[in-house]
Amino acid sequence: MVEQRIRNHPVLDMPEINDFVTFYWNKQPLSARRGEMIASALMANGIRVFGHHHADNTAQGIFCANGQCAKCTVIANGIPVKSCMTPVKENMIVESAEGLPDLPNDPNPVEMSDIEELPADVLIIGGGPAGLSAAIEMGKRNIKALLIDDKEVLGGKLVLQTHKFFGSQADSRAGTRGNDIGKILAEEVSQYESIEIWTESTVLFVFSDKKVGILKQDEYKIVTPKLILNAAGAREKFLRFNGNTLAGIYGAGAFQTLVNRDLVKPTERLFIVGGGNVGLIAGYHALQAGINVVGLVEAAPSCGGYKVHADKLVRLGVPIYTSHSILSANGTETVEGITIVQVDDKFQQIPGTEKSFSCDTILMAVGLDSLDEFTQEAVQARLPVMAAGDAFEIAEASSAMFNGKIVGLKICKEMGADVEDVPQEWYDKANLLKSHPGQIKAYNYSDSEEGVMPIIHCLQEIPCNPCTTVCPVNAIKIDDGGLMGTPYYTEKCIGCGKCVVICPGLAITLVDYRKDQEHPLVTLPYEVGNFMIKEGDIVEVNNIDGVSLGHYPVISVQMFPKQKTQTIKIEVDREIAKQVASFRIQDDTISAPLDQAIIPNMEDDGMVCLCERVRVKDVRALIKQGIYDMNQIKAITRAGMGPCGAKTCDVLLKQVMRQEGVPADHVVPNTKRPVFIEAQLSVFAGGKREE
Amino acid sequence: MNNNTYDVIIIGAGSIGVPTAVSLSEKGKRVLVLDELSGPGQSNNKKAIGGVRATHSDYGKLSVCKRSIEIFSTWKEEHNYDIGWRSNGYSYPAWNDKDSETLQAMVRSLQSMGLNIMWITPDEYNKLVPGIKMEGLRGSTFSPEDGSCSPLLAMSAFHKRASELGAKFHFNEEVKEFELENNKVVALVTDKTKYYCSEVINASGNNARAIGKKVGLNLPVFPDNHEAGITEPVKRFFEPMVIDMRKAPGSANYYFYQNHEGQVVFCITPDPPIVGVDNLSTSEFLPLVTKRMLDIYPRLKYLKLRRTWRGQYPMTPDGFPIVGRTKEIPNFINAVGMCGQGFMLGPGLGELLTKIVMNEVTADDEKQLKSFDLYREFSGMEAFK
Repeated sequence: MVEQRIRNHPVLDMPEINDFVTFYWNKQPLSARRGEMIASALMANGIRVFGHHHADNTAQGIFCANGQCAKCTVIANGIPVKSCMTPVKENMIVESAEGLPDLPNDPNPVEMSDIEELPADVLIIGGGPAGLSAAIEMGKRNIKALLIDDKEVLGGKLVLQTHKFFGSQADSRAGTRGNDIGKILAEEVSQYESIEIWTESTVLFVFSDKKVGILKQDEYKIVTPKLILNAAGAREKFLRFNGNTLAGIYGAGAFQTLVNRDLVKPTERLFIVGGGNVGLIAGYHALQAGINVVGLVEAAPSCGGYKVHADKLVRLGVPIYTSHSILSANGTETVEGITIVQVDDKFQQIPGTEKSFSCDTILMAVGLDSLDEFTQEAVQARLPVMAAGDAFEIAEASSAMFNGKIVGLKICKEMGADVEDVPQEWYDKANLLKSHPGQIKAYNYSDSEEGVMPIIHCLQEIPCNPCTTVCPVNAIKIDDGGLMGTPYYTEKCIGCGKCVVICPGLAITLVDYRKDQEHPLVTLPYEVGNFMIKEGDIVEVNNIDGVSLGHYPVISVQMFPKQKTQTIKIEVDREIAKQVASFRIQDDTISAPLDQAIIPNMEDDGMVCLCERVRVKDVRALIKQGIYDMNQIKAITRAGMGPCGAKTCDVLLKQVMRQEGVPADHVVPNTKRPVFIEAQLSVFAGGKREE
Repeated sequence: MNNNTYDVIIIGAGSIGVPTAVSLSEKGKRVLVLDELSGPGQSNNKKAIGGVRATHSDYGKLSVCKRSIEIFSTWKEEHNYDIGWRSNGYSYPAWNDKDSETLQAMVRSLQSMGLNIMWITPDEYNKLVPGIKMEGLRGSTFSPEDGSCSPLLAMSAFHKRASELGAKFHFNEEVKEFELENNKVVALVTDKTKYYCSEVINASGNNARAIGKKVGLNLPVFPDNHEAGITEPVKRFFEPMVIDMRKAPGSANYYFYQNHEGQVVFCITPDPPIVGVDNLSTSEFLPLVTKRMLDIYPRLKYLKLRRTWRGQYPMTPDGFPIVGRTKEIPNFINAVGMCGQGFMLGPGLGELLTKIVMNEVTADDEKQLKSFDLYREFSGMEAFK
């Protein structure tokens, strides 16, 4: 069996020590990196089916990779556990979870103790961009706070982001990679004495007696805060389609966790659903990890994410199918392929336009929902609460950081610190950073073919400006000196290439006519080292839309270690020099559709509740009977009664309601109850988590 | 007769109202069920943990629940609809001599009332509940014909059956007032319209007292709060409902069982009671209940808690329901104050209420209804409360 691990990566550091242990999977010895999660170890060994669901015996595998659901359940040393949250141990006996697990018959009593109750001033839920930024403001002003994060390492989803950030250098560290920003913020927070940090800790519920139940590593604690900041982030949405329970369908969060945190290569051929920034960036991350991206499908006529992200993928050779949606995931146990279909302007499928592709994994990136439970629970308990980042509203991480900073300052004031009011310009900046992409403009460059100059292939207004601040001669500008707008070159370029290296969109090239005006050198940024480019290679260069401009030689490859970016110089013909935006690395054969489309059974539009295996059609039948109360649907079908606590089906159910023409105000929402994630009974009795 | 005229209007589409609608419709009555919530069973029915026992020291409760068990246990074959019934039995284990004596005396008394119940040894109990704490265990009652059923599935089955038989259900509709003539209800006014009927059944759970007031009755029904929880499902590892009757600081009895899905469902009785209606969970419940459960059944430690919730027991002063016609307004029938036993009493009581409506109450029915009489002293106490 070939080990599916990432052995080199253009951006991520490889572990210096490779310490592997043996564990057993269904009696077969396998190797795992010491301390990694069981799920990652299984994926690294090419195992994708972790068990079979008790209701219908269908295969299950990794889904959230975040401890939120239980689809990755396995039996480890006799106990059913979530494999994505349980580290492998040497000689661990791991078995697939086939149907309902057996409960070990262990008569040893639990060592019980009283649950520790602790007061806190501010309780910050979530150590991602928003939570950390808020904590910094509190730390600076010596406001006491307890910051809770469920991961081992602070930074939230920043940890998983290998790309350079947008925004501005001053306000949101634009041009720096997300994982580095995470480290910088975490380090700063840890310097402040007034901020206490609990990692690997999960908030289970904000109870009505104003007490917050927290699973601190293996122990249950009750914290009584004066104020809560919900910076818990967002959860990913899902879709209804035939085959949506197959193993090998998961979100961008799970994908990035496996690839960018655990350095596992979970797929050879990936297909992405959703053309927002999340999907587009995940596609780029896949290429960086040496994974083939077969295609990306987006139901809208154009991608909702930044054009520079979409352009980047297309130029590297990933087809983007806009006005298409997923029709089915094909396969018996795991994903073996995907069928997509064209949709009209009302998002109705057009029969006859189906295309099928072979792929082993489908990545769902179809939007995010604010994780607002803790806010709602706090409001119900009449406990002062604020929210920041995605938990407040869905936006880019750059916006989350800035918005966290604002809320942090507000909390300082609320807690009695003698601080200034939040300046109006902070609010203005916050609004700007969360701007949706604006107009697409035409290229703006001079006709001059002398000297050296940047060509800016960034044609869509987005909140981003590091190119204007990095240029030593101020040769790149955005109108009004602002953040939102498209940058343009004025004059005086000295050819330093700093703009090429810093641009998060990889959308600036340098054209140098100085040596040979007829054969200028084009400098391109490159950071997909798993598809290696070296001096002397002949590459197929293309324009902004990925249209081929011919084959040309690579003259030099230079590495900028600090930025982890290469610049590739290619000698091209004068006529095309300014059009060259990139070159293709993934060839057509990878993304070619199958000769014959696989048409699924159209009667079956998949499951609405994956945890309890509830079919869309069964729920639809109830809605047609006039049942609009989600609680009643739950009572009859069990949709929402599973381990994830309706985190996935809640949205899907509402979609089916809408599709059936039920007005939103007729839908009775699902009552949310404790606890946020499942936890062993032993911890509530003051015992430790059992292993 | 216009569209707003019914033989019987039932207030409350819950544990009592819906099975009663089934029973009345089977007898050909034209029935309307009104509920202020958006669907059947959305108040305390769905909060019930699903235990059903005939093990009651009172003849009325015992007989009604026996009939309920017959209805629950045969529903699947009669109506081809699985409501999750399991004859898993009930058990009241004892870890001290005093409890052991009390329970054994109770077993003898119930046996004389014809109930299938026995006293079993610790070893026999350990076979039924493998891994139960043996230290100090004196034995346990076991009543194998008691069982459990999904309140959610049963409610949906009863609702479906009643609707098929022609009963009407009006949801999101609140009862405002009654129109009386010669001390009889002639009409019922809601926030939407007005209905005419021959009989009214007050099966309104938490709202019993408020509804009673509208016709001038003083019904002693006061809800208190109870909290319950459910775990992930695992393969069946124990059979009966386990009820620990002992008191401990903060709580009276608690109980748990493994339901038809393989999930362990549990509930505790707070002591002192938390009077009122408050559906929001507090931080106290989980440490309180898990400590007690894990003490007697350490094996449960591995199970993951999935969800907790709160509901009410609409209590009467003596722990017995109030069922029957009222003297003041003879066509206003109460079926309230179920004291947390509405789900298990519901189907049997539905049949009894039907006989009351039809004026077909037998001598034995009278005997059953004796302790449910509104005009009693409210001073007694049931042993198996």
